[in-house]
Amino acid sequence: MSSTLAGWLQALALVGALALCYRPLGDYIAKLLTTAKHLRVERGLYKVIGVDGDADQRWPIYLRSVLAFSAVSVLFLYALQRLQNQLPLSLGNKGVEPHTAWNTAISFVTNTNWQSYAGESTMGHVVQMAGLAVQNFVSAAVGIAIVATLIRGFTRSKTDRVGNFWVDMTRIVLRLLLPLSIVFALVMVANGMIQNFHGFHDIATLGGDTQSIPGGPVASQEVIKELGTNGGGFFNANSAHPFENPTGFTNWLEIFLLLVISFSLPRTFGKMVGDNRQGYAIVSVMGLFWVASAALMTFFESAHGGVALQAAGSAMEGKEVRFGIAASSLFASSTTLTSTGAVNAAHDSLTPGGGGVAIFDMMLGEIAPGGTGSGLYGMLILAIVAVFVAGLMVGRTPEYLGKKLGGREMKFASLYILTTPAIVLIGTGVAMALPGERANMQASGAHGFSEVLYAFTSAANNNGSAFGGLTVNTPWWDTALGLAMVFGRFLPMVFVLALAGSLAQQQPVPATQGTLPTHKPLFVGLLSGVVLIVVGLTYFPALALGPIAEGLH
Amino acid sequence: MPKPLPTSVRTHFTALRMLLVMTVVLGIAYPLLVTGVSQVAFSDKANGSIVKSADGKEIGSSLLGQNFNLPKKNPNDPKEQAQPDPKWFQPRPSAAGTGYDPKSSSASNLGPNSDVLLKQVNDNRAADAAFDGVDPASVPADALLGSGSGLDPEISVAYAKEQVNRVAKTRGLSVDTVTKLVDKYTEGRSAGFLGDPGVNVLLLNKALSETK
Repeated sequence: MSSTLAGWLQALALVGALALCYRPLGDYIAKLLTTAKHLRVERGLYKVIGVDGDADQRWPIYLRSVLAFSAVSVLFLYALQRLQNQLPLSLGNKGVEPHTAWNTAISFVTNTNWQSYAGESTMGHVVQMAGLAVQNFVSAAVGIAIVATLIRGFTRSKTDRVGNFWVDMTRIVLRLLLPLSIVFALVMVANGMIQNFHGFHDIATLGGDTQSIPGGPVASQEVIKELGTNGGGFFNANSAHPFENPTGFTNWLEIFLLLVISFSLPRTFGKMVGDNRQGYAIVSVMGLFWVASAALMTFFESAHGGVALQAAGSAMEGKEVRFGIAASSLFASSTTLTSTGAVNAAHDSLTPGGGGVAIFDMMLGEIAPGGTGSGLYGMLILAIVAVFVAGLMVGRTPEYLGKKLGGREMKFASLYILTTPAIVLIGTGVAMALPGERANMQASGAHGFSEVLYAFTSAANNNGSAFGGLTVNTPWWDTALGLAMVFGRFLPMVFVLALAGSLAQQQPVPATQGTLPTHKPLFVGLLSGVVLIVVGLTYFPALALGPIAEGLH
Repeated sequence: MPKPLPTSVRTHFTALRMLLVMTVVLGIAYPLLVTGVSQVAFSDKANGSIVKSADGKEIGSSLLGQNFNLPKKNPNDPKEQAQPDPKWFQPRPSAAGTGYDPKSSSASNLGPNSDVLLKQVNDNRAADAAFDGVDPASVPADALLGSGSGLDPEISVAYAKEQVNRVAKTRGLSVDTVTKLVDKYTEGRSAGFLGDPGVNVLLLNKALSETK
């Protein structure tokens, strides 16, 4: 079989598998977000933490719960890392440096999983599994909980209640993420991923050398790393490491896992608003961008642009033989479009075109299909903007799913859209203006600028992948990127929750002849256009200085 | 009676209790469960797919690449460049530590237009061609370029084929015998279409060492 045919087949198999999951998984998530019934174990948990599982919260209280949970998580994770040398299974690692510990705590709580450390030489097993992997679950659940409130904003009327954060979080973790993780972790181990509590053990190699074989609870962390669109690797090499991604099959399964929840959530949305066609429209836009990105990435990587790659005759630098160009490209597109940020190839060594696609994917705002929950709320915000733009064209107050989009709603939507680009562009600008920080680039010229642009784009959009040449384990970079992650995660959430509260209070208006149908191909086209225009206008100058300049060079 | 705590403080205590419950369930019970089942059902794989020699000694993991270099002339000289041992199939260039060091898995992270990478490609091409006695233009890309992990256990079929003559000659084996071994240790795509085919260097070299 030719590489081209195999490349097509693995992409088609992925589309098929995701399509098969769309309805059952989406419906299942809708059910767990709407049912009034609690499981017995959940009731017990509510008693332990002291909340009333039947009492919904107003949006400011919901927000306060999210922020309190995240703040406590950051402190806990920071303390765990700092005290690592006191913990069992620390493998002789010291307490983590303060700036690294702060950056890592923020990074995992915000679902970014940016890593300024190398896993195998920094983190012991207890920090990995009881600290980092726990956040892989709960930060993913926070994203889904937030989008649930936005959907409830559309489905509820004349209420100030948007849901109960503790109930949403508990159900998403116990009914969705945990069972899937257990099953797929075992599938991964059956295919070669390691799962043990060993430290390094030295063996004499065949060639007469010594090699230290690492151990660790990798599969249990790896699965939720993908499923929760987290992306923080157990090892420095992330999903390129053979113990984190042993075969072509595990690689395909990892791509599937990092896409499956985000691609099924539009169904949840359609189901909850009582019109599945609304879900199909949203998933179509997500799918369009995903297909376009994967096709472009594969094209650029196959063409192996760049002086050094041309000389070698292939873009295999930073890529593993068992994956090859096609499976690496598919992974790179999927991980940058989902806020996952796991990598099975070194993104810094992607071709200028491929690296540009990766940056552009993240600049879209992680919406196609985006992070768990965050992808859908990002896309719904853009859908609101699209409806608003269409309303301006015909000169009437726009409405989406029966809710009027007035000044208040549009202010929240606009603030959402402006936040991330502001962080990316200001952060990149400041870093480039400081000669000492700029010097941390490994490359010079356009590619060096791309390294910095990639870092801030990745942090602010909570992606977490990197152009790894940039040296980021310094106090300045850890602090700056930590701030980018915090603001990039929580400011948009504030606006989404405020919007949800505002929508929930409205009385729905009946659809009239003048209402824009939001389930038709016309709307799919309109929304895609809005996505491209918003991103293009915001980021074009920055892209021109980085990947475009390098590609034309 | 003390005053009740303000709501905002109580929310943080709720959050802390929630986090602790989640830590016990997701951070302790879950990995223990997965480890327990894995150790019983897939113990070989869960422990790193360790490869043993014919006499039962552990010689590596089938998932992790290794160096196959000549012993250093002066083991205490960190500047001495390691030289490839002609009796073994050679892996790809590696950016993990001093090569294939699992304590520091890493890619080079060199950009596509990097001068450093360009020089490496040209140097590797010349060195490989001379080492294997082939036309420099025919050296495949994976022999010139490092992997994403620095631990890639595989090389392309083309790079393995390139090395057959040199290995056969050094070992006094027939080209046919060595070619058959390469074919035997060529791993196809998973399920026939996932990923790319490659040759597992450690397993091939182990088989070679057992061939008389």
